[in-house]
Formats: sequence, C-alpha cells, structure tokens
Amino acid sequence: MIGHVLFFALAAVLLSAAVGVITSRNPVYSAMFLVLAFFVSAGLWLLLEAEFLAIVLVLVYVGAVMVLFLFVVMMLDINLARLREGFSRYAPLGAVVSLVIVALLANVFWFRAQDTPLMMTPELRSAEVSNTRELGSVLYTEHVYAFELAAVILLVAIVAAITLTMRRRPGLKVQDVARQVAVRREDRVRLVKMDADKE
Amino acid sequence: MENIYLTIVLAPLVAAVVAGFLGRQIGRAGAHWVTILGVAVAFVLSLVVAKDVFIDGAEVFNQAVYIWAVTGNLSMEIGFLIDPLSALMMVVVTFVSLMVHVYTIGYMRDDPGYQRFFSYISLFTFAMLMLVMSNNFLQLFFGWEAVGLVSYLLIGFWYRKPTAIFANMKAFIVNRVGDFGFLLGIGALLYYAGSLDYFTVFAQAEEIQATTVNIWGDAQWSALTLACILLFIGAMGKSAQVPLHVWLPDSMEGPTPISALIHAATMVTAGIFMVARMSPLFEYSTAALSFVLVIGATTAFFMGLLGLVQNDIKRVVAYSTLSQLGYMTVALGVSAYAAGMFHLMTHAFFKALLFLAAGSVIIGMHHVQDMRQMGGLRRYMPVTYATVVIGTLALVGFPGFSGYFSKDALIEAVHAANIPGSTYAYWCVLIGVFITALYSFRLLFMVFHGEERFDRHTREHLHESPRVVTVPLILLAIPSVAIGWLTIQPLLFGGAFAESIFVLPANDTLAVVGEKFTSPAGFVVHGFATPALYLAFAGALTAWFLYIKRPDIPAALQERFHRTYSVLEHKYYFDAFNEQVLARGSRFFGGALWRGGDQGIIDGVLVNGSARAVGWLSGLVRRVQTGYLYHYAFTMVIGLCLILAWLLTRG
Amino acid sequence: MVPVSYYLLLAAALFALAVTGIFLNRKNVIILLMCIELMLLAVNFNFIAFSRMLDDVVGQVFVFFILTVAAAEAAIGLAILVVLFRSRRSINVDDLDTMKG
Repeated sequence: MIGHVLFFALAAVLLSAAVGVITSRNPVYSAMFLVLAFFVSAGLWLLLEAEFLAIVLVLVYVGAVMVLFLFVVMMLDINLARLREGFSRYAPLGAVVSLVIVALLANVFWFRAQDTPLMMTPELRSAEVSNTRELGSVLYTEHVYAFELAAVILLVAIVAAITLTMRRRPGLKVQDVARQVAVRREDRVRLVKMDADKE
Repeated sequence: MENIYLTIVLAPLVAAVVAGFLGRQIGRAGAHWVTILGVAVAFVLSLVVAKDVFIDGAEVFNQAVYIWAVTGNLSMEIGFLIDPLSALMMVVVTFVSLMVHVYTIGYMRDDPGYQRFFSYISLFTFAMLMLVMSNNFLQLFFGWEAVGLVSYLLIGFWYRKPTAIFANMKAFIVNRVGDFGFLLGIGALLYYAGSLDYFTVFAQAEEIQATTVNIWGDAQWSALTLACILLFIGAMGKSAQVPLHVWLPDSMEGPTPISALIHAATMVTAGIFMVARMSPLFEYSTAALSFVLVIGATTAFFMGLLGLVQNDIKRVVAYSTLSQLGYMTVALGVSAYAAGMFHLMTHAFFKALLFLAAGSVIIGMHHVQDMRQMGGLRRYMPVTYATVVIGTLALVGFPGFSGYFSKDALIEAVHAANIPGSTYAYWCVLIGVFITALYSFRLLFMVFHGEERFDRHTREHLHESPRVVTVPLILLAIPSVAIGWLTIQPLLFGGAFAESIFVLPANDTLAVVGEKFTSPAGFVVHGFATPALYLAFAGALTAWFLYIKRPDIPAALQERFHRTYSVLEHKYYFDAFNEQVLARGSRFFGGALWRGGDQGIIDGVLVNGSARAVGWLSGLVRRVQTGYLYHYAFTMVIGLCLILAWLLTRG
Repeated sequence: MVPVSYYLLLAAALFALAVTGIFLNRKNVIILLMCIELMLLAVNFNFIAFSRMLDDVVGQVFVFFILTVAAAEAAIGLAILVVLFRSRRSINVDDLDTMKG
C-alpha cells in the first residue's frame, strides 16, 4: 500500500518535472527541473529495488552531467527571446505524435498483453540480497569486455570534449614539452672565447 | 608441299609489308625489286604446283595449316585446298600479277606513291591467293574482303582526285551490298551444314536441297537454292553483274596497272571462281542456276552495248570486261563450269593485255584517255599496236586465238543447255559476239587507224613506251594467242579439273559439245559452221565501215537515234537510279532516323529527358532538405512512430 | 509492490513528454539535449522494470551501459555546443542551415 502511494506521488512529481523541463522559458529552470526528474527517478528505481543504479543516477547524472549542463547554460550568453519564437508552432504535431506513442504503448499493455506476466507484481526480495553484489558479479565476468569498452568510450568522450573546446589564444605563453626535450646544447649555450684578463 | 603452299601465299605478303612499311628506307628501286621478287617466287612455285597437279596428277591437298578458333563443333581454320581448279587460278593470278608488277615500273615511274603502289599490288596478290587456295568459307570470305579492301585502296590511289575518291567509295559500297548476300549465304550454309569446311558442306548438298525454308507468304524455298542465290549475290558484287556492276566502270579512275590486274584479270573473276568452286552446291539447284544464267546473259549483252558509246579508252575496255564476265557467268549458269574457268583464264591474259596496252597508249598520249583525240597511233607505237591487235582478235574470238576456243565452247554449251532461261541466254551471247567485235574494232580503229586527231605538241612527244612496258605486253600476248589451242583439250574435255568441278550428268552441257570435239584444229574448222564466227566478222566489218570508211555515219546515227543513244549514254540510268532513289532514299531515311530517332527519342527523351526528369525530381526533393536540424529530428521521430505502429499492429 | 505495467506506462508517458519537448523546443539545442536525456531515462525505466519482472540482472547491466553512453554523449554534445556558440554567437537551430538543399 505504501508502495502504491509512494509510486503515484513520485510518478506525479516526475511527470510534472518533465513538463517543466520542456516548457520552461529559461534553460536554467529546465536544467533544474531535469535535476528534479532525475532525483525522483532515482527514488522510483529504489522502489524497484535497483539500489545501485539509483545511486549511480544521482551521483553521475545529478552530480556530473547536470552540473555540466548548468555550466554551459550559464556560460553561454543566449538570446532567449529568439529561441522562444514560434514556440508552439509545432506543438499540435508534437501532441499528436506523443498521443500516438502513448496510444500504441497503452494498446500493448491493455489489450495485447493481458495474459502475459506484464501485469504481475514482483515480490519483494529479502533484505539479504545485495543488488550491487549481484550486478558486479555479472558485470565483471560475463560482460567484462563491454564494460571495458564503456570505459574506452568514456575516455574518448573526455578527449573529444577537451579537443573540441580547447582554444589557443594568440600570444599565450605555453610550454612545449616536445621542444624542451628535443633541445640541444648549441641552442642554449654559447661558448665565447675571451682573454682571461686584459687590463 | 605444305611449305611450298605457305611460301606461295606468304612471299607476296612479306614483300607487301616490306614495301609498305619500309618503303622510305629501301627506296623506289628497293620497293619494286622486293615485290617483284616476292611475286616471282610465288609464280615459280605455282608453276611447280601446277605441274604437280596437272602433269604428275598429285593427290588433292586438303588440310588445315592453322586452327584459328574452335567454338563448340565449329572449327575456324586456315587451310589450303590444292586441286586443279585452285592450281589453275594460282598460275593465272601470279602470272598476271608478275606482268603487272613489271609493267608498273614504267607506268608509275614519276608517281610519288611508288612504294605504296607496289605494296598494295603485292598485298592484293596475297589476298587473291588466300581466296583461291582456301579450303573453307571463312578463309574464302577473308580473301574476298581483303581483295575488296585492296581494290578500294587502289581505286582511290590518287586520293587527291575527287572522282577517284567517289569511285572508290562507290566500289566499296556496292560491294558491301554483294558481300551482305555472300555473308548471309555462308551463314545459311553454316546453319544447315554446321561446318565451314568445303567438303563437309558439299557432302550434305542433297540434304540441304531437301530442306525447305519459308521466307515470306507460303512459298517454300529449298534451303540450297536460297544459299546459292545469296552466295551468287556476293559474286554479283565482286564480278560486277547487273545490277551491281555500276562500280566497275568507275573503278577505271585508278591507275591502269590495277585496272588490268584487279578490275579485269583476277579480282573480278573471284565470283566466277567461287561459283565454280561451289559447283557441287549449285548443281543441285536448277533455280539458282537459272538465276545465274539470266543475270549473266543480261550482263553480257547489255553491258556490251554500252561499250559502243564510250569514248574513254579505259572505259571501253571496262565495259568489255563486264560483258565478258557476263559470258563467264552464263557458262556457270549452264553448268559448263570448266568453260567458265577456261574463259576466265584466257580472258585474264588478253584483257590484262588490252588494259596494259591501253595504259601504254595513255603513257604515250600523256594521260589523255579520250579516243576522239587519238587516231593513227600505229605508226608511233608499233609494239603496242601489234599487241592490241592480238588482244582484240583474241577478244572477238578470231579462230585459233585463245578467246575463240573459250568463247565458242561456251556458246556451244549454252546452245546445248535446256534449263529455264537458256534460250534467252543463247541469243544474248550470240548477238553479244557481234557487239563485242563492233566495240573492239571500234577501239582499234579509233585509236590506231584513221586520221590523227591530236595536236602538234602531243605528236612531238609521242613515242613507243619503254621496255618495262612492252615486255609484259609481249609476254601477255603469247598466252593470248596460244593458251586456248594448248589447253582446250585437257581443260574442257580431258577432265583436267577432275573432282574439283562437279556436274550432274543431266546438266552436262560440255559433254554434248565434247561429243563433236576431235582436236583443236577440228574445233577451229567446226567454228566455220556456227553463226558466232560470222557474227564476229560482221561486227568487225561494221566497225571498219563506220569508223574508217565513213566516219560521218556514227554521228548521223547518233542524231537519228538520239533517244536510244541517250539511254546508252546514261548507262540505262542505273547510276541515276542509284543516286536519286537509293542514295537519296537512304539519306532521307538516315536523316529521319537521325532527327527523329537519335535527336528526338534517344537524345531528347532518353538522354536529356532522363536528365531532366532527375533534375525535376531533385528540385522537388531538395525542398525536403531544409537544412534545419529539427526537421530532420522530426522526420526521425515520426518515422520511428510509424515503424513502431507497423510493428505493433501487423498482427 | 506496484505492478510492472505501471512503470511501463510511466515510462511511456515520460517518453511521450520528451518527444513533445523536442517538438516544442526545436530551436534550443540545450533543451533538445535535455529531452534526449529524458527519453533515455524513460528507456532505463523500462529496462529496470523488465529486469525486476524477469528477475534477471542483465537488464540492469544494460542500464549501466546506457548511463555511460548517455554521459559521453552529453559531454560531447555540450562540447560541440560550446564550439558552435563560439563561432556563431548563437545556439539557435535556425542559424544552422548550411545543409540546406
């Protein structure tokens, strides 16, 4: 019972936050609504007993990705008025498409999946079961290659993001390690022959 | 022996290549020495082969020397068939060619294209030998086309002369018509017999005869008749039979030596040779033989008439050639293949002689060819005169000369024949004798007798031709006189051709003639009992009367019968018909195809049209590419929805 | 516990809202990126719900990878955005029409 109450409360907040994301005038508010949506989602995932992912969602998304969003939004000087022009021009189309999607999916749930276990309610598991241990035991054995691949993807993303945004300003004093290493004596030292002392 | 045959063929080819490609290096003398050497080698070896075949009675050589390609059951080969027929042709071809080579040294002395000319005539000799020595249809066709090519090159030898270019185009195109039939004929035989080899095809002649084809309507044709007529259409082109004869008179635009070699003695007889070679096929088709007979008779008579009104010395000889080719064709039509070949051989000698003599006259007259500006030349050119007299006597069939034997035997054979059209043919060839005598003596009298009609300047330079010109004339005059006497017995009645010519007993007209034959002398005596001889005398007398005794009469006759004269003058309007109807018609047709088909449909609709369609479609589609990211995103999302809907609703 | 279908419906609604968001904020690249994050979140909901329903932890492994890729995507997307802004002084999608046909 309490599960139901929690679910509906969180779901209502999630959908409201989502509406907030897509309708806010200011991207900063959108970002904040998105943060809210992620928090609530994390809560819902806890209800589903996916504790590890819920924590990861909060840590990674709220802590890192959303901060990145906020940084960018605030860093760029955006002309909001222009971006809002014709805001609702395609709204009917969007509504139609959304309704179609909802209708299609609902159709699946209510009419075509009546006899399938879709409608079942999963049993609560005992407190001893550790979601993290469970996940880890699969992740590091069966899916270890995919896991490493994901690591590489992240690395590439870091490199790509830095490369894209790095900018060389003219006149900036920079250190060129390669040139420093390649330097030879003649470049730096000049031997001058001079008489020891000539009065 | 195989090496000898190969040498015969290849010696002229090597000479032609050397003279043609290294002409600059070896110089003029080098060019004529190498080519004469090549042809002389071929001639001597041909004599060896002829001795082998005729005197020692060697086995027929029929063997492939090189297999070019094999596809399925069809083998394409280069091979030689050496039997009496080809041996005879080899000797004739190489002998006349050798004479012409020597003669050319004098005739072309000042021509800048000296080496080129020698290269061409040697190449011609090669091609002609390939043609006559072939043992299969493929090589026959190769030789056939190669001689056509050289003929084309030589007619247009003076390529700066517009009339020469026109003439060689004409020769080439008219020959294409014939070759088309020839190729279809070969194709038909290949289709029905499944082989290109002569003997394989001959062996199936009767089966092919029994096969019928339906060309149009309900008429059933014998496949053999069809193939033979198609082959003969090829012969009509090459041997200048009506209506494909139009190119031969115009080919006189080429240098005289080749008029003698190609357009009188050898190449134009290729058609005759081919039909004789195909005698095992033609024998089984009376319809094809009748066709041959009628065409030949028409050519013999009507082309002879044209010779009466020509004034160009070479053209008179050219029409005479046409007429004589008609005679040969008539002989083929009545199954007297041996007589046709016999006449071919004698004609090769005396017609080459007449042409070379005409060339000698032309040299003496400084390239004036109009007989109206000649006359009385016998005092200035005695050797030429004497040889022309011999040639003329041979041509008109004076008893004892070579032409007498061949022509008289031929006429007798026609008389004995009874296939459809033989009566018409008999009258044509008989009256043709009169016509032949008339134009031959007309030429003789107009050129060498009567008053001198040339100017003083010409007279000062008028002299007998150099020895390189007169020696070939003399050498050709000898067989023109004697060859008939010597060879009539073995060739016509002695079975020298043996197996190479096949005649059904029912068609064997020569056998009828042969019953009365005792000896050459007897044949001469017998000649006095036939109308042909008296007609020839009558022709000669008429010519004498008209052009020596009363030179004013021809002009009066011309006035009187100007309508007939005009028809003859315009050569029965064949050229006009070809130009106005065929050429213009095909130009119009081509123009219509070009404008309508090519420019309209292919260019307009297919090429530019498809480009335009693509452009129009692209113009339409490019509107879709707005460049706005969100349009693409929308498209993706909507597409996704559609795919989802399809996946969920398909059942 | 709540039936699995509730979660699925919630995810569907979330997804639909995100799609609508793309249509509404078609000009603002930042919000477009946020909408994509929302969509991914909706997908993750489904994965986790099915994972629970089938009692198979692999579904959660998948979510883990999706989070990884989404983070990378967001980082690069924002980097591109910054570069774009530097060169165009705008992040208005209307200004990005070089691909116009």
